[in-house]
Amino acid sequence: MSCLVCTITILAAASVAWAVLLLPPSIAVFVIISRVSLLHPIQWISECVSLLTSATAIFSFILLCGVVLIVGFLNLEYYTVIPSIACSKIALLGQLLHPRQFVSSLVHCILGVIVAWCCAVTIGGRYQTLGYPCTQADGSPQLCLNEYQVILLLAGAFVGYCHSVLGVIHNMNYVSFHTVQQYKYLRFKGSLPLVVKCSAIQALYSVRNYLVVYFFLGYVPRTWICKTLNLQLNRLVCSLHPLDTIAGLLDFSLLYHLWISGTFLLFTWYITLLLFRIFVTEVYSFPVQSSFTEDVHQCLPKVLTGQQPAILKFLALHDLALLSQHSPSRRSEVFSLSQPGGHPHNWNAISQECLSLLADLTQRLVAHHDTVATNGRAKSLSTGSDKKSLSSESSGTILLSSQGTEDVMTPRPSVLIKTPASVFLRSSVGSPLTVPFTPDLDSPFSSPALRRLAGPVEQCSPWHGTVQSPHIMRRGPKLWSTSTGERGLQNKTEHVIPIVDPCAIWVKNFLAKRVLIMYLLNKLPEASSQALFADTQSHIWALEGLSYLVKASFSEDQFGVVQTTLPSILSSMLVLQEAVDRHFKLPHASSKPVRSTSSMEDSSYKTLRFALRATLKTAIYRITTTFGEHLNAVQMSAEHQKRLQQFLEYKE
Amino acid sequence: MCSLALFPPPLPCGQATLCETNNELLSRSASEDCLKQSSPLSLYFPRESLKPHSRTESSSKAAFLDHCETLWMRSAAAWRDAGLTGLLNEIANSSAEVPKWLSVSSGCVLALLQRISSFHGSLFPHLTVRQMLINYCFTRSDCAVRAFAWHPHTDKFAVALLDDSIKIYNPKSATAPTLKHRLQRSVAAVQWKPLCASALAVACQNCLLVWHVDPCSLSTRPSSGCAQVLSHPGHSPVTSIAWSPSGSFLVSASPMDTNMMVWDVAAESCVPLQRVGGGGVTFLSWSPDGSHVLASTPAALFRVWETRMWTCERWPCLKGRCQSGCWSPDGSRLLFTVQGETVIYALTFTDTPGIPSNTKGPKAAAVVADLSETTFNTPGGDIVVGGEIQSLAWDPRGERLAVLLKGDPQARDRPAMIAVFKTRTSPIFELLPCGFVQGEPGTEPRLMQFHPNFQHGALLTVCWSNGRITHVPFYFLSAGMARHGLGGSPPQPRPEERPADYINQTLYTELTT
Repeated sequence: MSCLVCTITILAAASVAWAVLLLPPSIAVFVIISRVSLLHPIQWISECVSLLTSATAIFSFILLCGVVLIVGFLNLEYYTVIPSIACSKIALLGQLLHPRQFVSSLVHCILGVIVAWCCAVTIGGRYQTLGYPCTQADGSPQLCLNEYQVILLLAGAFVGYCHSVLGVIHNMNYVSFHTVQQYKYLRFKGSLPLVVKCSAIQALYSVRNYLVVYFFLGYVPRTWICKTLNLQLNRLVCSLHPLDTIAGLLDFSLLYHLWISGTFLLFTWYITLLLFRIFVTEVYSFPVQSSFTEDVHQCLPKVLTGQQPAILKFLALHDLALLSQHSPSRRSEVFSLSQPGGHPHNWNAISQECLSLLADLTQRLVAHHDTVATNGRAKSLSTGSDKKSLSSESSGTILLSSQGTEDVMTPRPSVLIKTPASVFLRSSVGSPLTVPFTPDLDSPFSSPALRRLAGPVEQCSPWHGTVQSPHIMRRGPKLWSTSTGERGLQNKTEHVIPIVDPCAIWVKNFLAKRVLIMYLLNKLPEASSQALFADTQSHIWALEGLSYLVKASFSEDQFGVVQTTLPSILSSMLVLQEAVDRHFKLPHASSKPVRSTSSMEDSSYKTLRFALRATLKTAIYRITTTFGEHLNAVQMSAEHQKRLQQFLEYKE
Repeated sequence: MCSLALFPPPLPCGQATLCETNNELLSRSASEDCLKQSSPLSLYFPRESLKPHSRTESSSKAAFLDHCETLWMRSAAAWRDAGLTGLLNEIANSSAEVPKWLSVSSGCVLALLQRISSFHGSLFPHLTVRQMLINYCFTRSDCAVRAFAWHPHTDKFAVALLDDSIKIYNPKSATAPTLKHRLQRSVAAVQWKPLCASALAVACQNCLLVWHVDPCSLSTRPSSGCAQVLSHPGHSPVTSIAWSPSGSFLVSASPMDTNMMVWDVAAESCVPLQRVGGGGVTFLSWSPDGSHVLASTPAALFRVWETRMWTCERWPCLKGRCQSGCWSPDGSRLLFTVQGETVIYALTFTDTPGIPSNTKGPKAAAVVADLSETTFNTPGGDIVVGGEIQSLAWDPRGERLAVLLKGDPQARDRPAMIAVFKTRTSPIFELLPCGFVQGEPGTEPRLMQFHPNFQHGALLTVCWSNGRITHVPFYFLSAGMARHGLGGSPPQPRPEERPADYINQTLYTELTT
């Protein structure tokens, strides 16, 4: 196993190495753009050349290499192949406030300052140094603070922080696999314009926000730096406009340099991220079987079935989908029998793993559907217990209620408890926070157990007992805050308000707070659907792999190993098809997400459910068109026979 | 060379081809044929029955639309419809409402733009070809049928009509759904998704539409909510599309866009594939085994993409652009024609799909058939057949190859015609003459496609210029079946038709060097 995990690390290292190699050209371009002066082209070029060969340039190059290394390390540490999808605003907030995320933000801030310092040194001129000698009003020489460098350094910190926060909001650490295979160079070349565009736009927005912040709060860091470094503020002599006034900020060249520096910063980081994504998601070809025992654990069936990091499992499934489609020789290895004994171990391991993946998804969909259909009262899908310890440290009070739920709840089959995150262990690193909210149930607070805890209050609720739409449920007082007795208070408000004034104010505040709470707790539309299908890329590959293998078995399977599993493959596909069809009848499930084109965000996870639906249908059709009427001889339940007949007649 | 001289002479005037049986083409007089058109799949769309869109005629638009819209509204509309030139045109034309300097300056800018564009055209000659091609694609308005597509698995087909509606016919159902969409304008191609019952991709002016038409639905007007809209900035007009045979990807191309898009339709995401040279893509064809895609450009160059890693081979042609192409059923052989030449070339791809081999396919194309003009003496007078080839179609079993010859619409004795070859792909590639397929007098074939799974041989569907769609069956026993001796005699070509059907290297070198 460790070898395979090493492989990922080596790939990541290779991507960082390429990012470092790309630094000199990007520095050169940055220098040329930052010193642009169209009126003196010769001077401009010669200055650039002399700067690029100077010691400062080499020193800042070394610094930037360090930055890229750290960014690459952060990418490796934080990436996930299963996106963590926040189902409500508060879950998102929880993600943002998580200690891990805090560390990441802090590191990004520091890196931002370092990059900005390099930019400042490279641009030179008034940005060169932090302090400069000046004379005070009384004529004594002193060291004054250079506000231009301060504003640039702080801009770097701000852009770095924004990058890290937006990374969480847009799931920037999610690594998706491309359906269209291309060589690394071509993929990189194709994405380069997008990276440039994204970094320029993102830097523009960040700088705008930064200027607003600096306008209001800029004096705080400035005074702090002055105090710590014992520098003087020289407002009178050198700079006509202090930089936190409108006139000071409207310096066009300053804005330009801020924007260029932000773009450069984001560009280097995005390039590192892009290269990381490209290298990690490249197709890795696992051997199907090996004659050496020490290599057996690297073989496809072992990697598929073993406890692996999610990325390895994904790579293995991807390889399976490709080999089943493209390579007859490797397919024949899958269909082969073991040498002593004559068992189809390879096929059994692969098909069992794929079928269990499909069964897992079906179970999840059915459970979700049941919960939604009963408005989350009868059943509640609890979160994976293995995630509890991780999540409790972050989301405080909310977790208490969900933990309470867990204890009172009747035990459920463990399969139902699986969230996408718990199926693949690696992902738990990336997405512990959403887990209490992830699996789409209305919210943990509307669970029956909780209602039982808050029993008497619940009984007198006007909503109790009637059939409720999710909207009413949400308006209903089944929040954690109300279950602790505040609901009683709220009922009393009508009587209390006219009499006691301070109390009225308090209630007003409380309601305002409640609006905020409601805002935070309201589920984001279609997020639950997205969360449910977060890891569906694996199911898509499993479906493709199975269907192509079954199709190929029609002519290539000499020993008939596939025949034994064909009924279970067909029935699991049909059951999944039914569950998916039912899921798409739910509100928000079939609404398309808005496509964002100008962002480094990889939003392919938002459409995975549609891809799954299409792949599933195609997979069933692939089997039915290949086998045709022979399928009537397959042992299956009457209902499934009927369903298959629909497919045979092309009526699905 | 398999020249047209070896073909049986075309039918006398007034006769239409009915079918092939017992190794010969049967015909019937056209009037009788009309009466016999009772089959539900033979359709007739007279041009008069359709109301074509007044799409581009802004003049007629002005006649009907009220001019009470403000200048701003009209400018915005013009910007949306025709971009900068449209906007400038609008401003220059409404000189009464705008300040004089504005209208004059916009007129000047417009003239300047036109000058620049003409200069641009003289610099890059293929651009003008491109423009001509687009004109060709969108002004082929004499035929009411713009595009036609059989479903790959069932007896159902889609017909795109001149009024930008698409009708779906299925002999098993009484309803013929009509698909209309706000964005469905200037339909250039339709194609059904393989391994799917319902999805139909439509190449439109500004976008791609993928309709999901529930085969069990009784609705005759599926709502536009059933259509997915796929668009990418700069990727218009879409004129050719091709689904991968596994149904997972859709490739779309536009003569105006150098990018070829590979769509993941479910996710509505696309990967642009771009290579230098050629400028735009005019024709796409995916090989039946899914391993290669032919993409021809408006320049004298075409590419064959390999679909595993999406790399491509460049194939420069000498004379003109690649006009049309078709793949053998096993995907190992590509036939294509070049504009300005009257021969069919073949390329053989020997590498098995899936094993990434360094052996690039063939080094040069070989000529397999020469269709230069040949005069036939018929009772109605001399008829000249041959010349440039407009399109090729190969039946899914690889036994019949239909070649649509352009002819000359002005000259009566040079009609457009479909020449059909018998083909064999194994053990060696052979072309034998079969005959000409003709329609009613005065009509020209416009589109043709073979039925993807016809049980008794091959079924060629032809859309004629008068709006009629007919089906010409070729009844034969497939070579594979005949070998097992099911009682029928395999078609035996007559001895005198035997000669010169096999390719040889010398002939190729003669023609291309």
